[in-house]
Amino acid sequence: MSTQLAEPGSDLRTPARGVARRERPVTAAGLLTKAILLGLVVAIAIWAAMPLIDAGAWVGLAVLVVGTVGLCYLYLTPRHIPAKYLVPGTLFLLAFQVFPVLYTASTAFTNFGDGHRGSKEDAIVAIQTSSVTQVPGSTEYALSVATTGDPATGPLVFLVTDPTTGVVSAGDTEGLRTLSAADVTVAPGGKVTAADGYTLLNFGQVNARSQEVTDFAVPTSGGAIRSSGLSRAYEGKALRAYDAGCDCVRDTVTGKTWTADADLGAFVAADGERLIQGWQVNVGLNNFARLITDSTISGPFLSTLVWNLVFAIGSTGGTFVLGLLCALALHSPRVRGRNIYRVLLILPYAMPAFAMLLIWRDMFNTDFGLINNLFGLDVDWFGQEWSARLAVIGVQLWLGYPYMFLVATGALQAIPAELTEASSIDGASPWQSFRRVTLPLLLVALSPLLISSFAYNFNNFNAIHLTSEGGPFPADNSSVGATDLLITYTYRLAFGAAGAQYGFAAAVSVFIFALVAIISAVSFRRTRQQEEVYT
Amino acid sequence: MRIRTAGVVAAGLALVLASAGCGGGDEPADDKAAKTDGGKLVIWADDKRTAALKPFAEKFGQANGVTVEVQAVSKDLQTNFVTASQQGSGPDVVVGAHDWIGNLVQNGAIDPVQLSATQKSSFNEKAITATTFNGQIYGVPYAMENLALIRNTELAPEAPKTIEELVATGKKLQAEKKVSEILCLQVGQTGDSYHIYPFYTSGGGYLFGTAANGDYDPKDLGVGKPESIAAFEKIKALGEKGAGAFKRSITGENYSATFTGKKCAYMVSGPWVVPDVKKANISYDITPIPGFAGGKEAQPFVGVQAFYVAAKGKNKALAQEFVANYTTQPELAVALYNAEPRPPALTAALDQVKGNDPDLAKFQEAGKNGHVLPAIPAMAAIWDPFGKAEAAIVGGADVTSTLTGAAKAISGQIK
Repeated sequence: MSTQLAEPGSDLRTPARGVARRERPVTAAGLLTKAILLGLVVAIAIWAAMPLIDAGAWVGLAVLVVGTVGLCYLYLTPRHIPAKYLVPGTLFLLAFQVFPVLYTASTAFTNFGDGHRGSKEDAIVAIQTSSVTQVPGSTEYALSVATTGDPATGPLVFLVTDPTTGVVSAGDTEGLRTLSAADVTVAPGGKVTAADGYTLLNFGQVNARSQEVTDFAVPTSGGAIRSSGLSRAYEGKALRAYDAGCDCVRDTVTGKTWTADADLGAFVAADGERLIQGWQVNVGLNNFARLITDSTISGPFLSTLVWNLVFAIGSTGGTFVLGLLCALALHSPRVRGRNIYRVLLILPYAMPAFAMLLIWRDMFNTDFGLINNLFGLDVDWFGQEWSARLAVIGVQLWLGYPYMFLVATGALQAIPAELTEASSIDGASPWQSFRRVTLPLLLVALSPLLISSFAYNFNNFNAIHLTSEGGPFPADNSSVGATDLLITYTYRLAFGAAGAQYGFAAAVSVFIFALVAIISAVSFRRTRQQEEVYT
Repeated sequence: MRIRTAGVVAAGLALVLASAGCGGGDEPADDKAAKTDGGKLVIWADDKRTAALKPFAEKFGQANGVTVEVQAVSKDLQTNFVTASQQGSGPDVVVGAHDWIGNLVQNGAIDPVQLSATQKSSFNEKAITATTFNGQIYGVPYAMENLALIRNTELAPEAPKTIEELVATGKKLQAEKKVSEILCLQVGQTGDSYHIYPFYTSGGGYLFGTAANGDYDPKDLGVGKPESIAAFEKIKALGEKGAGAFKRSITGENYSATFTGKKCAYMVSGPWVVPDVKKANISYDITPIPGFAGGKEAQPFVGVQAFYVAAKGKNKALAQEFVANYTTQPELAVALYNAEPRPPALTAALDQVKGNDPDLAKFQEAGKNGHVLPAIPAMAAIWDPFGKAEAAIVGGADVTSTLTGAAKAISGQIK
């Protein structure tokens, strides 16, 4: 049947196919377009190369260079015609499909998340920096940063003034030396404004050497003088230091040690206390194991999966039936003002779903919602399992049927009227001709759309998150609610209030991906078989 | 064909050179700027604060010969900041709530700020406690906030002394058809731990015990303990199956509209709601949240908004200067107050604005005995299970089993 539909078009094209394709003449416009596009590609490559060079990411740079050179070669050579068509799509596929999938899959084997984001070196730096405390009772100095050489490169010197005595000292990596009062000019606040033998740096100059200044410490008996901003200095002491020998962090006051645990990605003390700054480590299959073994997760997982399927089938099937009914009703030539009805029916589709979902949520409010007020009901819509499920599917129905109506209308108009006329002449009732002729033809055209709509609804995060938020939740388990889809459930597990756990979320995503892929593959297979039956 | 190809190559090369030329032209200019005027200090804040910060940031920049840029991040500021700082594209200074500190520190995103004794004493004591984590001050506080009871004085002229008194008045007003709700307290389908907390403490419950150094102790979890069960029994009695003062149908979206629509005489909320109430021309008063009769005092959370120095910023020295020595000046706190009426954390700034705004003193009074909102990372595990347990109990669920479940979920999350 489908070949029949396609025939008028292919008729026109057939003659051209027989003749061998002549090489097309090169036009100036084509040439210019080509030059501009390739120029853009190269320009983007150069723009992308800068940060890669800065970061020393040589592998990434190599991929970029090879890719760009390859693209230029491909479009400057007259050969490799099929590749010219295929490569852009392949590149986009790699960038937007394959890479994210691989990245997600690789994240699934790590403990990436809050407290475990960076490398071990980052964690050590953070632990040491945040352990620098002011020595109790020590002096607060007014600070000027100076140098004995060039402002941009010379060795740093801290000129500090003791606020109580007014004594000015110069501090460098050697220690603190008192300067004679005659050699320095001190402003009312205590800040040194000029000193013999030193070049004072202004804020801009100091800031240009920000990292140096932050790291600079003038050793003293009790600790070290460090800057607090650009105009104050304090005597501080790092309480915790990393010792590479034992791979541990030691507290200089209490002597307590936290040893690095490569499995946890954290420093752990003998008594089980962890330092909160951890790092990212490979945890193998732990995330997947947690899915199966953690009873609060695996227990509700199956029921969530079942509801997820019901939701996806219900909202896809429901919208399809409703949309098809509307389309059939308006397909009849006897209906007057069909276009007005069609516009009205498409209206919900034209509204932003995001805002509509929030409005629906408010309409389902028990005390203030339109639905209860209008019908004089007292239903706790999102507070009970079944009413909440009914509500979210109802909202999906309202939001989704215009789309189905649109595509069904289109598909109906593509079915020649002669077919149904012929079947009615053969004595078929309208229902029979719809059931045996129109519907199969429609399904051939719409099945792929239905499958993609199913896949979309399977992961319809907004529909749940913005209306019921997954609720209602069983009183004793806050992790999974009656209307939770796997995706909203994952979202809460991963990004919920308990902090981001990207590694675990990635593991669940991989699982969902596998699930949707299998369902879609099976459905597409069935569709193909169906098509073969009808053609 | 060959010639044409060469032409394309030439044109392509020309474009490449042109684009490289543009790029090359930009780069040295930036470098030069960095050397002569000390670079660019980047501050991230939410929309409201961005506007207030801009003039001060410019002043700071001009005085110190640097460029200061204030960027508005309207959504998920904390998450965006952590992600950006991890990638090295974060700001130098960030403005946000103090309960972010635990998370920001565990991700190595912020550095401690060294305040002098004089600076510390110029702040409200609670504000300094709030920004202190593991013995270090991690942010400079500028505004404080806590919940209070906001009352429509036309409907309810007298401030209730206990929650029972409030419910009685509310019920009377309901019977007289003057209001439809007893109390506008946001609960929603998933609960709201922050807003129920004063009632929870009044009933005797607590979240975390206190460690020897005064910090919250994540090992001593109060949820699920007999005190918490007793507190939630009282809350349940005021819930949907009881008096009907706490209801899941009142949400964060509709509570203030319900109050300004005069459908309830009492509302529990913070200083951020006052502009709405004023706009609705309602005669109102602000009093401390009443506790249960014979129970403990109702203690709301005290939260603080603060400036943080990003640990991975490119201008850390300048950021430290801005945060430690510039934001500690009262003028900035006053300007930020003008942008949004939250009581300033600097005593001097509060004194300056208190005269024109009696509400501030009332909010402060209501939060006088409040609990500093815990900044420990373990707090993140509380919000969701605690809130949902609250919603379930308000809806009439069994208290003991619900709280035991919540306690299990919370302790499972705490490492």
